[in-house]
Amino acid sequence: MSPLLPLILLPIVGAAFILIGASARLTALVASATSLLFSLVLLASYQFGGDQPYQFVHSWPIIPAMGISLTLGADGLSLVMLLLTSLVTLAAVAVARTPEKSPHWFYASLLFISAGGLGAFASIDLFFFYMFHELALIPTFLLIGIWGSGDRQAAAWKATIYLALGSFVLLLGLIGLYLIQPDGMRTFDLRAIIGLADAGFLPEANWVYLLLLVGFGILVSLFPFHTWAPQAYASAPAPAAMLHAGVLKKFGLYGLIRIAAPIFPDTVLNGFVAIPMPFGCHPVEIDLANLLLIMLIGNILYVGYVTTAQRKLDLMLGYSSVMHMGYIFLGFAAMNALSLTGASLLLFAHGLSIAALFALSGEIRERTGTLDFAELGGLAKPMPAFGLLFGFAAFAAIGLPGFVGFAGEILVFFGAFVGGDLLMGVTATGKEIFQLNNFQVATVCAAWGVVISALYMLRAYRRIFFGPLSDRWAGLPEISGPARFAIAALIVVMLVTGFFPGLLIKLIESASI
Amino acid sequence: MNTLTVPWIILFTPLAAAAVILFVGRFSKPLSAGLAIGSAGLGCILSWWLFAQSDPAEALRFYWMDFGDLLQVPIGLTVDHLSKVMLVVVTTIATIVFTYSVGYMKTEEGYWRYFAGLSLFLFSMLGIVLADNFLMMFIFWELVGLSSYILIGHYFKKDSAADASKQAFIVNRVGDFGFLLGILFLWAATGTLMFSELVDRVGDFVLNPIYLTVACILIFCGTVGKSAQMPLHVWLPNSMEGPTPVSSLLHAATMVAAGVYMLARIFPILEAAPHALDVIAWVGGITCFAAALMATQQDDIKRILAYSTISQLGYMVMGVASAPTADVPMFHLFTHAFFKCLLFLCAGSVIVGMHHEQNIWKMGALKNKMPFTFLATVAGALALSGCPWITSGYYSKDLIIAWAVVEHPFLGWLSVATAGLTAFYTFRLVFVVFLGKPRDEHAKHAHESPLVMIIPLALLSIPAIIAGFPFIENIFFHTTEPKHVPHLLHPILYAMFFGGVAGAWLLYRDVAKDPVRIPLFANRLYIDDFYSWIVKNIQGGGAGVLSWADRWVVDLVIVQVPSKLAWACGFVLRFLQIGNIQAYAFFFGAGVVGLLYLLISR
Repeated sequence: MSPLLPLILLPIVGAAFILIGASARLTALVASATSLLFSLVLLASYQFGGDQPYQFVHSWPIIPAMGISLTLGADGLSLVMLLLTSLVTLAAVAVARTPEKSPHWFYASLLFISAGGLGAFASIDLFFFYMFHELALIPTFLLIGIWGSGDRQAAAWKATIYLALGSFVLLLGLIGLYLIQPDGMRTFDLRAIIGLADAGFLPEANWVYLLLLVGFGILVSLFPFHTWAPQAYASAPAPAAMLHAGVLKKFGLYGLIRIAAPIFPDTVLNGFVAIPMPFGCHPVEIDLANLLLIMLIGNILYVGYVTTAQRKLDLMLGYSSVMHMGYIFLGFAAMNALSLTGASLLLFAHGLSIAALFALSGEIRERTGTLDFAELGGLAKPMPAFGLLFGFAAFAAIGLPGFVGFAGEILVFFGAFVGGDLLMGVTATGKEIFQLNNFQVATVCAAWGVVISALYMLRAYRRIFFGPLSDRWAGLPEISGPARFAIAALIVVMLVTGFFPGLLIKLIESASI
Repeated sequence: MNTLTVPWIILFTPLAAAAVILFVGRFSKPLSAGLAIGSAGLGCILSWWLFAQSDPAEALRFYWMDFGDLLQVPIGLTVDHLSKVMLVVVTTIATIVFTYSVGYMKTEEGYWRYFAGLSLFLFSMLGIVLADNFLMMFIFWELVGLSSYILIGHYFKKDSAADASKQAFIVNRVGDFGFLLGILFLWAATGTLMFSELVDRVGDFVLNPIYLTVACILIFCGTVGKSAQMPLHVWLPNSMEGPTPVSSLLHAATMVAAGVYMLARIFPILEAAPHALDVIAWVGGITCFAAALMATQQDDIKRILAYSTISQLGYMVMGVASAPTADVPMFHLFTHAFFKCLLFLCAGSVIVGMHHEQNIWKMGALKNKMPFTFLATVAGALALSGCPWITSGYYSKDLIIAWAVVEHPFLGWLSVATAGLTAFYTFRLVFVVFLGKPRDEHAKHAHESPLVMIIPLALLSIPAIIAGFPFIENIFFHTTEPKHVPHLLHPILYAMFFGGVAGAWLLYRDVAKDPVRIPLFANRLYIDDFYSWIVKNIQGGGAGVLSWADRWVVDLVIVQVPSKLAWACGFVLRFLQIGNIQAYAFFFGAGVVGLLYLLISR
């Protein structure tokens, strides 16, 4: 019996109680607070330095013939993600405004997303890893489509079809990963697959990696597959945006770090895929590492500049969350200990900062009914504490030292800068060469992204909170109650882990990535 | 208490003060001010004590991040002569300015926010001074940017202040972009971030001059941003939107000097990259001259001083590139901190006396209304323009000019000309503000400032005059004169000072409006306009186009086309719906068999 099973079941049981008539908000709060406590206890009881990174493991065989079993277990990285999930869930439930339209289903959906996230991050078996994520997508769709704002149904359909397509590509990749295993040893158990890869039993399978990259990539809004995200987040109710952008979207990058990095290390760095051409032309060879670098620079620079052009806070935050995925992809692409640790830290950091920002954005919308920069301004005057919280969250998002995001970005930059083969130095003939390799070019672009993110985030802060106050907003109520507490808690966690990133790094290093 | 722990106390007391003020400051004004001044004063006393001690042999060190051989980011403090001098300067001036603020901010709102920001600034600045490695310095470098952002934007309800604070942060981040890349370059080549180890390993670069040159120029970008060198100088004049004590402490005496301090800290590395030093010399020299030109035509009392600060920082940066030791630019940093801080506090006193009027053409004849402020301003002005023999600026500035003339003759003579401009614009300010006739109602009824502001002026006037005298210089610095200075240099410099003052006297001693109008200088060489054109049209327009393309091109290609294709497929597949159960069963069976075949055949 693994303690992870009750952790996953907690929100589901909570949702069931809500659906049979228990007080919706209270039950959701209790369930998510309990699951936060539970994951903290798990964190505290994790044993460092054991020979087995995965702990709390238990396996229930489901289809033994095909090697499918519900195997739960957590190592350091999973625990970080479980903590993130339960933290953001509690914050999302706390800031949620009980809607008039079927409140029970609303809170139950939030809890179902949480259960899906927890299940995915606690699964060692890839089949269930995939299934739990799918489970979480359905309530996301409902939350956007039913309780969203603006053109909510179009946004919900677009996101859902897009994500379903990504999941389908991902499923093909996972099936491919299953099929390339030697006959008779096939399994979905991640530990076993990594063991096979280490022992050299897996053939070179660049297509499988490409399918995984594109499938996971669509789920994480990798450029150019990102257009679903800003609209969906703009239309989603604040708690849904917090949960999806903060937690669920991390599933794709977590999968790449978890699956692709240990199983296909050579392919990620040096793989090629030949695309056959019709009419007897030479097949086009695509360097997979460069392909990924180009796409992630698209995330950072292209989407970054698109973000600066946004005139509404919700769209801007949506684009900014797409942009920040570029840094995490860079950490994955460089594939060394520094960059992967940095990417993992950023999963956590971005999850918290974007959740805080979406929560604050939802609170502004509740008060003013608009998120248009042109209509807002001077809000720090009636709501100083609100302005302070927004400032903290904004500076956390743009990687100010002191917040955990800075530690993650710095590690990604350091790791990526020494990624690949160095082209600088003195050649055997004594000639000095000075050339940046592709990873270093990408690092330079990513470092420029730090300027871009300051540009749009400070502009938003300035337009909304500074400047003269219009009479329309003179009487806005200050942020208070559970929302204030929840957002402050997210900020405190970012500060503590930012001052002492060693806490998280120790956990992540113990993981088998 | 020993030399091992005292630097940590000096560093973290202001952070503790800032945190306490953040939570309880709103309940009591005296408590906010008291905590801030107390923490600065304690730092000041301890810094002077530390200065008198010998350097500790060892250092406490913690690891912020530790990846063994891959990467170690320590948090450790350097206590050497350089950092001790800087500690003394920063904490002393901070204590004086904090005290002055009590008077200046008395009637302003956001009192606790102001003092929390000042304490946060002091913490960040001390972190830069004490950092023993590049990444730690970068962390505090960014935090200084944050506190500057908070303090410039103190009057956040004013559009101009909100815009200025945003601009300051972003322009500084542009500089930090280069700084961070420079750190990455040096780290990738040497595997360390520690200043001491880098200095030891820099010899390995002998084979790799291009690499080291690029790395040093990138690191210098940090200075260009923080010390407001061209072309990133535009934020500093705009930062004058902040309260005047902030301009005095951050944007004149200490924060903007951090760039020069950083160069002094890595001076041995720079010496190994002569081409990088050439770039640094040219940036400093051109900034020094151009900023002085712009200063001659400004009308806002604080902006005149801001351009003057940019110009003086240009001297220091040029000094780094010309002198054989970092003590030469540090000496000017030291004297400049006192007299420029003094001048800003005088300006603040004038502004309070004038009911927050900053245009010098609305002042006039304040010498009788504000006699103490007048005397202090004259002392600061003499020091700034380098009045021979009797002021600190004379000793420190002429030393840099002498080295520049020897090492980079063109830039050196440009800086000689700048000395004349400096005397001219400084005394233009003094004459227009304090002489002539009152030109405004406020000027007629101006009043002297309260004691809490006058005493800091008096305290600062003393070092502003004497801090450069050789007997004081020898306590803090070890500088040497260049051997082969052109014989005419010093006479020319005297002529420059007296010529500049005389020119200002002739033109400005009693005028109602500016007799000289040079739009090129008044409009800051049109650099600001050029930048805002770029930001608005190139960057804003480009981003707009991209945003449009994201919506209508990327989305179309990736989403709309496939979705239309899917519709088309659906349309075709409709013909398979033949409404026959057996046919469906057949399709289903065929599908299952096909899948099984696929799975098993492998």
